Amino acid sequence: MSAGRIPNWADVTLVPLFSVALAFALSAVLIWAIGESPWDAVKLMVQGAFGSSYGWGYTLFYATNFIFTGLAVAVAFQARLFNIGGEGQALLGGLGVALVCLYIPWPHWSLALIAASLGAALFGAAWAIIPGYLQARRGSHIVITTIMFNFIAASLLGYILVNVLRVRGSQDPASPRFPAEVALPKLHEMLALVGIPFSRVPPVNISLLLAIFMCFAVWFMLWRTRLGYQIRAFGESEPAAEYAGISPARITIYVMLISGALAGLMAVNSVMGEQQRLVLNAVEGAGFIGIAVALMGRNHPFGVFLAAILFGFLYQGGAELALWMSIPRELIVVIQALVILFTGALDNMVRMPIARLFALRGGR
Amino acid sequence: MTAIKPLALTASVIALSAGLAHADSTPALMFDLGGKFDKSFNEAAYNGAERWRAETGGSYREIEMQAAAQRVQFARRLAEAGSNPVVVMGFQNAPTLEEVAPDYPDTSFVLIDAVVDLPNVRSVIFAEHEGSYLVGMLAAMATETNTISFVGGMEIPLITAFACGYAQGAKAVNPDINIIVNYTGDTPAAWNDPVRGGEIARAQFSQGSDIVFAAAGGTGLGVLQAAADAGLRSIGVDSNQNYLHPGSVLTSMLKLVDQAVYDAFSEGPGLETGIVLMDLAAGGVGYSLDEYNADMISDQMQEAVEAAKAAIIAGELGVHDYRTDSVCPAF
Repeated sequence: MSAGRIPNWADVTLVPLFSVALAFALSAVLIWAIGESPWDAVKLMVQGAFGSSYGWGYTLFYATNFIFTGLAVAVAFQARLFNIGGEGQALLGGLGVALVCLYIPWPHWSLALIAASLGAALFGAAWAIIPGYLQARRGSHIVITTIMFNFIAASLLGYILVNVLRVRGSQDPASPRFPAEVALPKLHEMLALVGIPFSRVPPVNISLLLAIFMCFAVWFMLWRTRLGYQIRAFGESEPAAEYAGISPARITIYVMLISGALAGLMAVNSVMGEQQRLVLNAVEGAGFIGIAVALMGRNHPFGVFLAAILFGFLYQGGAELALWMSIPRELIVVIQALVILFTGALDNMVRMPIARLFALRGGR
Repeated sequence: MTAIKPLALTASVIALSAGLAHADSTPALMFDLGGKFDKSFNEAAYNGAERWRAETGGSYREIEMQAAAQRVQFARRLAEAGSNPVVVMGFQNAPTLEEVAPDYPDTSFVLIDAVVDLPNVRSVIFAEHEGSYLVGMLAAMATETNTISFVGGMEIPLITAFACGYAQGAKAVNPDINIIVNYTGDTPAAWNDPVRGGEIARAQFSQGSDIVFAAAGGTGLGVLQAAADAGLRSIGVDSNQNYLHPGSVLTSMLKLVDQAVYDAFSEGPGLETGIVLMDLAAGGVGYSLDEYNADMISDQMQEAVEAAKAAIIAGELGVHDYRTDSVCPAF
């Protein structure tokens, strides 16, 4: 798109790869500066995240969250709408999941999964449609409204958890535990069916497949349907799209609905798959990580998938780091921030030299 | 169980970071999501652990979380690494220990702020309402405007129990007293937002309050600062915060989390389990009196509070705990 001189394959692989490498190099300097060995730290992170099925399980669990929120941001960004309300939409998605799981007796988890997914998507979409409407009809900027809606969502959830869903007499503002029938099958149970042993401990579950399916669905929607074409056309140029008969208001609202639904779906993994109850602040920043994931994944579902794995690795590897070396939690946040900085904000710093390199090769 | 894989990994990790991780009963401390330096609950635990380290020269392992999914993960990893006892902070970790503790019967766990009924778990709970009652009395006796206020972190039952105890104590002194109650927010940021804390305190002052009690973690520092700036008085929380603004901090509601951690570390593996109630009688909660606030607490005030304290300990005076039925008689 913006880089005319770089072949497409290099734009989607080389640029992010170099950005990440730079971020890691700088992180290594930081780790060295606080008196720890960068080599040990890297070994520990890779070992912890990919060295066992236990590590893989946690990496994939976190990645599942980030796929959903990353897709949510990516879809909106295809229409050049910056939905930074994934946090709030996922919180509401959690409420949808909890209501479905708590108040309807389900005979089997598969039915519950379908209904909970619908509930999560519906609640997430409902939370996103209000900023979408305000943008489409009133011109209120979506960045402002979506971030404000994050706070409203937190307040609403706080109120509902403390006053409505809380178990009487418990001081923990959390919903009761969901019945055992709606427990989602974990990855180790699914892999056991085909004879692959996998650690039982990590909470990675069938939502991972749902997330991968959504990657395909989003790709199909964006590049193989009329709506997707309209979304991308609208994103490239609003006046041109309008001239072509595409209603900006309609597209804005549709995109926000899809985006909110995707963010809401995250709750299927975290609330239904892991916590098995709705707790305060169930999203824990995954909505914001989704922005970085989408940025890094170039707003393409496959890129989002890879970027989500990278952030899953940072989460799980970072946890191992905090557990076994005296590297504080904050440094892991710094490493994550560096990755975001290099892949998002300093994109051109990497792209331009690469473009020059390609120009040189082409000129020869 | 497929504990083999994690165990093998743990072993390799220990070998890898040799010198850092001694096996065999190093105590461990697992902070809640607020993080180690939250100026409140978690930091108090950290201070208790540090005191133990300074006094015994021992070492301990500590871990901060980033995500709720790590609760079970970390508790397991600490137990597998041979940490004993494992002290776990926060009521949100009750389900964590219900899941993890049965798998490690030889490890002693200590849960702060909630109860888990398992043979190898010590549950430490605090009677925050009793301590709050005493500082509420002091506030009611010290106010000149007949209006006092409260700044909580988040409106959750634990914090409402502080507010409720405070209000009961104040009304016991003066049934007509005006009590303003506000909460900072609904996101975890509410525990660490001193600027907003200061704003809320100033809004309360403009409504006539001249004494404000902050139970809001790091946010409380802003509340105390606002009171000092306005020449009014405040009440600190958790640890003794009297020294922060001498002459302005009337007293502090003590909740000795550090003591609970220190005790657990000192007793070591195989510590006595069951419920430990840190109430007024046990000295787990209370109000602070030192050289920084001695001028503000008159003998008469102290007598009244000590009388109430004795009555509570003797069981003659009951302070209602909001958490039992979500109702507060004083609101």
